[in-house]
Amino acid sequence: MDSATSGTIYTLIVFISFIGVVLWAFSKRSKESFDEAANLVFDDEKQANLKQESSTNE
Amino acid sequence: MNQTTQTLPEYNYKVVGQFAVMTVVWGIVGMSVGVLIAAQLIWPELNFETPWLTYSRLRPLHTNAVIFAFGGCALFATSYYVVQRTSQVRLFSDKLAAFTFWGWQAVIVLAALTLPQGLTSTKEYAELEWPIDILIALVWVAYLINFFGTMIIRKVSHIYVANWFYGAFIITVLVLHIANSMAIPVSFTKSYSLYGGAVDAMMQWWYGHNAVGFFLTAGFLGMMYYFVPKQAGRPVYSYRLSVIHFWALISLYIWAGPHHLHYTALPDWTQSLGMVMSVILFVPSWGGMINGIMTLSGAWHKLRTDPILRFLIVSLSFYGMSTFEGPMMAIKTVNALSHYTDWTIGHVHSGALGWVAMVSIGAVYHLIPVLFNKPSMYSTRLINTHFWLATVGVVLYIVAMWLSGVMQGLMWRAINTDGTLTYSFVQSLEASYKFYFIRFIGGCFVVAGMLTMAYNVFKTIRMPSEETTEDNAVAAPQAA
Repeated sequence: MDSATSGTIYTLIVFISFIGVVLWAFSKRSKESFDEAANLVFDDEKQANLKQESSTNE
Repeated sequence: MNQTTQTLPEYNYKVVGQFAVMTVVWGIVGMSVGVLIAAQLIWPELNFETPWLTYSRLRPLHTNAVIFAFGGCALFATSYYVVQRTSQVRLFSDKLAAFTFWGWQAVIVLAALTLPQGLTSTKEYAELEWPIDILIALVWVAYLINFFGTMIIRKVSHIYVANWFYGAFIITVLVLHIANSMAIPVSFTKSYSLYGGAVDAMMQWWYGHNAVGFFLTAGFLGMMYYFVPKQAGRPVYSYRLSVIHFWALISLYIWAGPHHLHYTALPDWTQSLGMVMSVILFVPSWGGMINGIMTLSGAWHKLRTDPILRFLIVSLSFYGMSTFEGPMMAIKTVNALSHYTDWTIGHVHSGALGWVAMVSIGAVYHLIPVLFNKPSMYSTRLINTHFWLATVGVVLYIVAMWLSGVMQGLMWRAINTDGTLTYSFVQSLEASYKFYFIRFIGGCFVVAGMLTMAYNVFKTIRMPSEETTEDNAVAAPQAA
């Protein structure tokens, strides 16, 4: 197999994988787990929820 | 899954605090050296006829100090912090963490000792000689084990998107560093690269551009994805977009290196490929920027009162600006004008001072009170002062370089009717002096801002601690 053919196959694989990622990201099933993951940023302060606002210290 | 019910662990804040404080220290050192060499371009006498104070030796010291010492410490501090907090588990190994801290400081000190002596491998952004390269590789492997180890023992089911970016940054930098630094040592302080000719150039800029792409972009995007939502008090605008942002960015960035080598001995098709990939890179870059900025939608008023958030959001604006400018400059016809001029320097500093430094500064201001168990920073007004010093400094810097760069490009290509050059190189240099002075002033503003930060951080650490540790903070560690 010459480099042009292997390059073409590789490009196709990357392209198809990327489409796969997009479909996965936009599927309904991912929605719930994404919401959960997005809130991990705040789950580390369950006991000190009030702290967050005070850190701005106006 | 049931992360809500369990109590949070004691995090290792010691290493985070050490790296956070050193971020400020190395920031001042690296940027001050930058101001000195900017001044040398106006007043060459400032090298005092001393070899180790010459521009040629201090310039790599400046770039290494700001990228790897300042930027590196900021990345270590925030990645260790974010991976613990979003995995809800203490760092995999405290010993490895301490090794990465002291090892990385040793690398920085060795760089500061060897570069002014003229000991260099001459590869841009990879100037350090082979014994230091080996130390970097060891520190980096320890970092990788510690970071991924922490992710593996995490107490939550998801891996937060910031950790994906940090992870990609850590893996890729290891690969880049080892591949590009391959050399044959001839003595303890001298080695020759394993590569030669155009291959060497291609390797160097595959490394160089991905140092930008993964060290200065992916790592700091990890920072952005944690600290922007945290400081804004609302989750990221679109988690879906962040997932696509991640995969698009890491699969495209690796191909963009050849745009550093337009119109050189590199094969033409490689240059064109690099150009096309660089232009496409605009899309994920702006996807990420929009995702970050839109996180604030509905909370824009917070910008009025919170200078930390202002740092973070303005850093994203600079990120957007420089990732528009970059693809444009990668187009071969634009590059024919911009290459080797000050425009490139302006572009780099819009990314480095605007994006990388501002997002790091915002993150460090967020971190210091948490790490040292204080209610807030010592002075919010001083943060605001720093914000304006930094912003004015960056704008002065990049506008000066844009003007100087475009002027140089036009002067160098100007041709008389008989085909001879209109201007000599020295004439273009003389025309640049006034812009070099504006750049110098801009640099002074930026350093003044960093000094303000150092004072504020020092006073914060000296403040009495909060009495009750409601937050799960461990006993605050001393500064490094």
